[in-house]
Amino acid sequence: MSNTNPLLDVTGLTKHFPVMGGFPFKRKIGAVQAVDGLDFQVAEGESLGLVGESGCGKSTTGRLITRLLEPTGGSIKYRGQDITHAGRKQLAPVRSEIQMIFQDPYASLNPRQTVGKIISGPMEINGINPPGGHEKRVRELLETVGLNPEHYNRFPHEFSGGQRQRIGVARALALEPKLIVADEPVSALDVSIQAQVVNLLQELQRDLGIAFVFIAHDLAIVRHFSERVAVMYLGKIVEIADREDLYDNPRHPYTRALLSAVPEATADEVPSRERILLTGDVPSPLNPPSGCRFRTRCWKATEKCATEAPPLVQVEGNREGHLTACHYPEVKETVPAPRLSKDPGVTA
Amino acid sequence: MTSTDQQPFLSVRDLKVHFSTEDGVVKAVDGLTFDLAKGKTLGIVGESGSGKSVTNLTILGLHDRDRTAIDGEILLDGKELLTASERELERLRGNKMSMIFQDALASLSPYHTIGKQIGETYRKHTGASKKEARERAIEMLKRVGIPQPDMRVDDYPHQFSGGMRQRAMIAMALVCDPELLIADEPTTALDVTVQAQIMDLLKDLQQEFGTAIIFITHDLGVIADIADDVLVMYGGRCVERGTKKEVLRAPQHPYTWGLLGSMPSLDGPVDVPLNPIPGAPPSLLNPPTGCRFHPRCTFTEKIEGGLCSTEQPLLKITDGRGAACHLTADQRREFFADYAATRSH
Repeated sequence: MSNTNPLLDVTGLTKHFPVMGGFPFKRKIGAVQAVDGLDFQVAEGESLGLVGESGCGKSTTGRLITRLLEPTGGSIKYRGQDITHAGRKQLAPVRSEIQMIFQDPYASLNPRQTVGKIISGPMEINGINPPGGHEKRVRELLETVGLNPEHYNRFPHEFSGGQRQRIGVARALALEPKLIVADEPVSALDVSIQAQVVNLLQELQRDLGIAFVFIAHDLAIVRHFSERVAVMYLGKIVEIADREDLYDNPRHPYTRALLSAVPEATADEVPSRERILLTGDVPSPLNPPSGCRFRTRCWKATEKCATEAPPLVQVEGNREGHLTACHYPEVKETVPAPRLSKDPGVTA
Repeated sequence: MTSTDQQPFLSVRDLKVHFSTEDGVVKAVDGLTFDLAKGKTLGIVGESGSGKSVTNLTILGLHDRDRTAIDGEILLDGKELLTASERELERLRGNKMSMIFQDALASLSPYHTIGKQIGETYRKHTGASKKEARERAIEMLKRVGIPQPDMRVDDYPHQFSGGMRQRAMIAMALVCDPELLIADEPTTALDVTVQAQIMDLLKDLQQEFGTAIIFITHDLGVIADIADDVLVMYGGRCVERGTKKEVLRAPQHPYTWGLLGSMPSLDGPVDVPLNPIPGAPPSLLNPPTGCRFHPRCTFTEKIEGGLCSTEQPLLKITDGRGAACHLTADQRREFFADYAATRSH
């Protein structure tokens, strides 16, 4: 993480969706606090993973960065330029550099357009005329994402889910973006196909130097893809760190619980990490708990947690860049859990 | 699958389920055989279109009888289900066998209270009064861990969260203490922390009642957590079968290797690319000849005479363990060792 000049600099980002109600005249009776004061940076060519459970605000964050939603507060800076409330004209050049890949490969492609038309769409809108024309460029892009360039005139329904997601990737690449926001790009795909798309995205990141904000709920895939990972809970980042630090030394109780709940495909009798079973459900973002938002499900919560929201800071024992928002951070046992004692048949 | 000596609780023999559609015959399930003992959990793994859901709808008799051609036999406690009349099946469904679906919101009626929906099954099978059914519903909600069950029993599904709906559906499925429970991706739509809660609940209930569970999923991690035996399906056929330990530790089929290799883990190496299975799952309208996995298999050239594309490998099961592949046992051992080496650092 280069603090000096990040590609994307987000401070205090907030989005509250108003809830209307009442009779006879609708008025605002509350707000869903979808995202509440996020701070993070994305360096050039870096991949930041956003994980969390449904409703934690990770998709809203993605839509705020791409300015598909208007932030309620805070600021978003792209290459030092404030785009928080930038207008359409001002946004146009930035929009071509920030692209998005969507979750549902069926809903995100227009069924009435050919693949060629879909992928050249962004170029037409932005008035970009690549040398050799749109068609040549589209064929190149199809090849880049591992599709047959001859499929230029086909329609989306002629492709499988994994191939459609590749079309979505090609469309995002058409404008040579610097930052791609990928919102659950593989969760709609079959396991064997997920790996194909993850590998493709990783190749692109490496070869083209594109920065990624990778939103997913699958912790293993995020770990595989992102150098840095932020864990969100109820609209806030509770922990952010390099992946090694986050996965090996989680300091926030929620991060630890989340990691412990992931079932792993091993036949070991003793699980590699102690299972922490959280009780209850995520509270409503309409009326989040006071203080620390996780306190209603936390086994360590005290009076302090209810009155004082813990700041996202480098708590004692954290390495540089590892920030945790907790009054009582977890301490790694001095004897590390026997994580590598996996079955030799599978891992050796 | 321990009870080979006597009649197993559930026994499926050479099941074939074919649908006729406008485009032709879809061979959704093509020769599937397995047994399940009481108190055990069979995990069925496979991708979309592998026939795992169709198999289980057929066990419950929920398929469209006019458009489906079924062959084989399904014996539940010695009773043939495929030839059973609709009335007989109705008596069994919800009572002796029941099912949990993936999408709890779509599987509950939005117009009736949770309590009424749970009680309805109970009344139908036991002839209990409305009052008794309500009490039973409260008891069930309590058992699946819903707080304040006597209040929540009068709620409608939309007032429940996703995890609670799934719990309510489990309560509904278990209200008559079924001996066979089919769970079709019951946790796929849930977050990991809630998924862990639901799986623990299912395990507890199974211990309490000795229910036999068929657990359908695409997630091998979930299988590792809950199953005793595993059946891997591909293209409507079983490609591998064995205990959980056998299948996860020493998988025998290239498809199972591929599945394991394409999943990142929480502590594996991060700087190497994943090993995806090339290509896409086959269309069951026009499945590949021979082994259905051969167009995606990387080992076909190891087999002489192009056998993979001409001859269907037989699933030879000894002691509940086997895989349908033309590779010899020695070859598999060798290739699996190579494959395992690429998975480590």
